[in-house]
Amino acid sequence: MSESSVSTVPTDPGAARGTEVADTATDDLRQASLWSDAWRQLRRNKLFVIAAGLLLVLVVMAVFPQLFTSIKTPAEGGCTNALANSKVGPSADAWFGYDIFGCDQYTNVIYGARVSMIIGVVVVGGATLIGVVLGALAGFFGGWFDVLMARITDIVFGLPLLLGAIIILNVFPSRGLTQVCIALIILGWPTTLRLFRASVISVKDTDYVAAARALGASNGRIILKHILPNAIAPVLVYSTIAVGGIIAAEATLSFLGIGLQQPAISWGLQIGSGQRLIRTAPHIILFPSLFLSVTVLSFILLGDALRDALDPKLR
Amino acid sequence: MARYIARRLLLAIPVLLGASFLIFAMVFALPGDPVRALGGDRPISAAVANQLRDEYNLDDSLPVQYVKYIGGLAQGDLGTDFSGRPVSEILVQTVPVTVKLALVALAFEAVFGLVAGVLAGIRAKSFFDSLVLVSTTLVVSIPVFVLGFLAQYTLGLKLGLFPIAGVASGFSGYLLPGFVLAALSLAYVARLTRTSLVENLRNDYVRTAKAKGLTPLSVVGKHTLRNSLIPVVTFLGADLGALLSGAVVTEGIFNIPGLGRAVFQAIQSQEGTVVVGIVTLFVFVFIIFNLLVDVLYAALDPRIRYE
Repeated sequence: MSESSVSTVPTDPGAARGTEVADTATDDLRQASLWSDAWRQLRRNKLFVIAAGLLLVLVVMAVFPQLFTSIKTPAEGGCTNALANSKVGPSADAWFGYDIFGCDQYTNVIYGARVSMIIGVVVVGGATLIGVVLGALAGFFGGWFDVLMARITDIVFGLPLLLGAIIILNVFPSRGLTQVCIALIILGWPTTLRLFRASVISVKDTDYVAAARALGASNGRIILKHILPNAIAPVLVYSTIAVGGIIAAEATLSFLGIGLQQPAISWGLQIGSGQRLIRTAPHIILFPSLFLSVTVLSFILLGDALRDALDPKLR
Repeated sequence: MARYIARRLLLAIPVLLGASFLIFAMVFALPGDPVRALGGDRPISAAVANQLRDEYNLDDSLPVQYVKYIGGLAQGDLGTDFSGRPVSEILVQTVPVTVKLALVALAFEAVFGLVAGVLAGIRAKSFFDSLVLVSTTLVVSIPVFVLGFLAQYTLGLKLGLFPIAGVASGFSGYLLPGFVLAALSLAYVARLTRTSLVENLRNDYVRTAKAKGLTPLSVVGKHTLRNSLIPVVTFLGADLGALLSGAVVTEGIFNIPGLGRAVFQAIQSQEGTVVVGIVTLFVFVFIIFNLLVDVLYAALDPRIRYE
């Protein structure tokens, strides 16, 4: 996830489209903007197809968990008087066994997808938005704003992610989904800012930006129409991989007891509650761990495939 | 070189002050009254409460508290926790444990990460190369605490190769947690070494070295590996933060009485001074380590010079 590994040499889709127009009359197949090219390459990548398929299943699981299991969660009135089943291992009736309260572990794990997906998407979306907006301003205009941003990001980078999150989460009187998202966004946006700022700087002195300016384009138009599409690729790759990292961070915080709190349903909480039972009932830890790892893996594979497709140097 | 280091040190000061104030402000903005929390269910008498508030400057405004704290810090006084134990004493007890754990982890990273990376790099596209790629991808996607349980269950409980928790049995108690702590960075080190080595092996001076008739060992060892290590060293500097965070989780799972476990316990009992003391120390270490890394570049690559 190092910044250097996701750098790309930007090419202007506008410029590429210019040559396309001339070509389309003779040969319809030679459409080759960076993005359409990348998409074509992605579809041929087996790992991308597998990762995207897995994520599709996980998204459906997060939105409609009822499709996967008919058993209700405790919050919906399911799983009452079930203590007789406490810690019973996997069987044909309950594929993943039962947790310490005698609730069906398969249902728990299915419902756990929702929290992970929401946190991953909200945090990375928020951090990317803040980072891209501020990074564009810092990179394009430079000056005191750039210096200020550099100092602020220096300070935030001084705090390791998990420690920073532990401290921020302690500020809140009660902790839940919103608080975990806020803490992780606060710590996440500086990386995106630095990445996008560097990328903007490498693009802003190109000829097509000078041409746009000579034609009288405003700064806003130059940033939105010419710089953004050419500078966003490294951020997209980083953000995709970062979703996996954020999901793992949420699970870690919930596991430590400082993220989501019971009765929320989260893979991290499920693993935390099984912590003391590792000798007698390892299945309680096993299944949420498996789902968590596969989810993180899918985002990493997706990001890797995206990098391969967007980096012209590798072709 | 001296001027470069001096400039970097000066730049590090605002970062340190900023980070420590940020932490301080957040910790002390915590809702709830730590003095009352100290008493538990039974209320503390007003006189005792006042004395405690006075002693820990709790009635001053936030900036004043911070200035007093930094003043103490400059004199080597990191404050005391609420049971009167000096933070410096906690550090003395826990730092050696965490340093030992970190060194074990670093050794795993350096030995296994570099060896795997070099072997994969010199035989790019071979079976071993693919094996390294697949296994590092898997390791990267397993969160540290999951990996910790996995190792604890299989290697500790089922196979009985390592102690399951604690360091009572001496050095062997550090091996398993050290490996778990190292795993993520180990994967990155292997990948970075491989990528960097493959890139550098294409250079003209490598061809020259081969044409001179040097042995493959000396081509890789002397002419390629040294500058291939630059991204790896950069990574290790930035990665120290992850190592320190990972220590909180790993020390928790394996019950290692180090700094990480102390941080977590302190945050839960709202011991502001302990948290600020240890995390500020972490930030100090992190920034100084990164400075060292910058200086190391010049030693590794003669093309880099600082004026």
